[in-house]
Amino acid sequence: MLDLRGVETFYGHIQALRGVDLHVGEGEIVALIGANGAGKSTLLMTVCGKPAPRAGSIRFQGKELAGRSTHEIMRTGIAHAPEGRRIFPRLTVLENLQLGALTAAPEHFATDVERVFTLFPVLRQRSGQRGGTLSGGEQQMLAIGRALMSRPRLLLLDEPSLGLAPMIVQHIFRVIRDINETAGVSVLLVEQNAYHALRLARRGYVLVNGRITLSGEGAALLDNPEIRAAYLEGGARSDKAGTGA
Amino acid sequence: MEYFLQQLINGITLGAIYGLIAIGYTMVYGIIGMINFAHGEIYMIGAFIALGTILAIGPVGAGAVVLAILLALLVAMMLTATYGWMLERVAYRPLRGAPRLAALISAIGMSILLQNYVQLTQGARVKTLQPLVAGGFTLMEHDGFEVSLSYMQILIVVATIALMTIFTLVITRTALGRAQRACEQDSTMAALVGINVDRTIALTFVMGAALAAVAGLMVTLYYGVIDFFIGFVAGIKAFTAAVFGGIGSIPGAILGGLLIGLIEAFWSGYFSIEYKDVAAFSILVLVLLFRPTGLLGRPEVEKV
Repeated sequence: MLDLRGVETFYGHIQALRGVDLHVGEGEIVALIGANGAGKSTLLMTVCGKPAPRAGSIRFQGKELAGRSTHEIMRTGIAHAPEGRRIFPRLTVLENLQLGALTAAPEHFATDVERVFTLFPVLRQRSGQRGGTLSGGEQQMLAIGRALMSRPRLLLLDEPSLGLAPMIVQHIFRVIRDINETAGVSVLLVEQNAYHALRLARRGYVLVNGRITLSGEGAALLDNPEIRAAYLEGGARSDKAGTGA
Repeated sequence: MEYFLQQLINGITLGAIYGLIAIGYTMVYGIIGMINFAHGEIYMIGAFIALGTILAIGPVGAGAVVLAILLALLVAMMLTATYGWMLERVAYRPLRGAPRLAALISAIGMSILLQNYVQLTQGARVKTLQPLVAGGFTLMEHDGFEVSLSYMQILIVVATIALMTIFTLVITRTALGRAQRACEQDSTMAALVGINVDRTIALTFVMGAALAAVAGLMVTLYYGVIDFFIGFVAGIKAFTAAVFGGIGSIPGAILGGLLIGLIEAFWSGYFSIEYKDVAAFSILVLVLLFRPTGLLGRPEVEKV
């Protein structure tokens, strides 16, 4: 469904991605793990064309995305709940959801909003409130809800668990699994919380310094001693696994 | 009392015109965080197009005046909007992502270019127009001093209120307005939900230019005298109005415009007409000292 081949991305002179190959299959949840600064968020943003890749190809459902502008890419069936949630702070919750539905057919709006409110009931209570006044967890729910409003085939999620209480994290991960199983939406999930991510995902990739260093089944990666040392057992101190920071 | 009332009427009329121009400054600032210093020139071009249209229609009878004005309004809004669109395309879009100073210099360059363009093509002399809308009401008379409210003043204030209402509705209620507010708050995220950010910015310039054209038409009808340089002072006044009211806020722009208009009218009525600009700008400085974000502006810090 999504195929990256030899993708290279730069910020000015600084190279953030160095020939990344990655594949997300139809209906799959794929986790991308790695340390701070490894290029995980950059990878998701590169899929969206912001920044555009300098080399390589990004194919989605057979169509080449590299070189197209962001607003066109977001109309092909990809939605992104980006790093830092990026809720429009001075728009209401409902307006944020309306913007999420921009690329969807208007007749779906009522049912789609209802679905988001069922997944995240707190958003219904907050629907007239400005996005900037929500708590971190509510903002994350809104970010995911906004992404779902476009009826995506592929959902990009950047650190949905960051800074949230464990119960909210559980809720959010349950919703991600639910979206994947009932609606068949493919998910590419970036996480620092490698344990959660790899348990949820069918397959995983490890990104170090802009390169994919490991990939495989989620369960297998969880058992991999290098992964355990680097990302699961407080291994940010381990030099061997290359934390990339 | 009569004198006060007369200056109040004059001030509100003047303020409405400043407000219309100020909306263009404040909308563009809101969406790209940059002062479009060529906006005063867009207003001046609007005035020239309006004048040209009215002259082209030729003398009309009393009954057709309304139609002539409507036609001039339509033509001026459309053609001036095209200038606004071209301005964004030529002078600002190529500099998106460049340091702000570059865009600022480009704006000032465009301002000079447009001024000279009109001076060359239309001549440096003032253009005049016979009053189309004459007459009005005499509200009261006392000791030989008449308080009058002309039809033209009513037209200006009514048109301003109508346009302000329409634009407020567009921005708060429509998908376009939502997209504009989204681009204003986070243009990256706006693109990520599928908004064509470049097109939205261009439309903002178009809307601002159309409003400036209305102001241009009103000034042409009200004073009957325009030249290629009117955009400079009016631009600075309207910019001041936008900052006064809180840059980025549309109600603020109208409020700022009204206040600048009133300050000018009262100052020139009671003190000296030569120092009216000094008065307006001094009060601006005072307001900014105590409220740096302007009267209706929001503080920069935002919980996100």
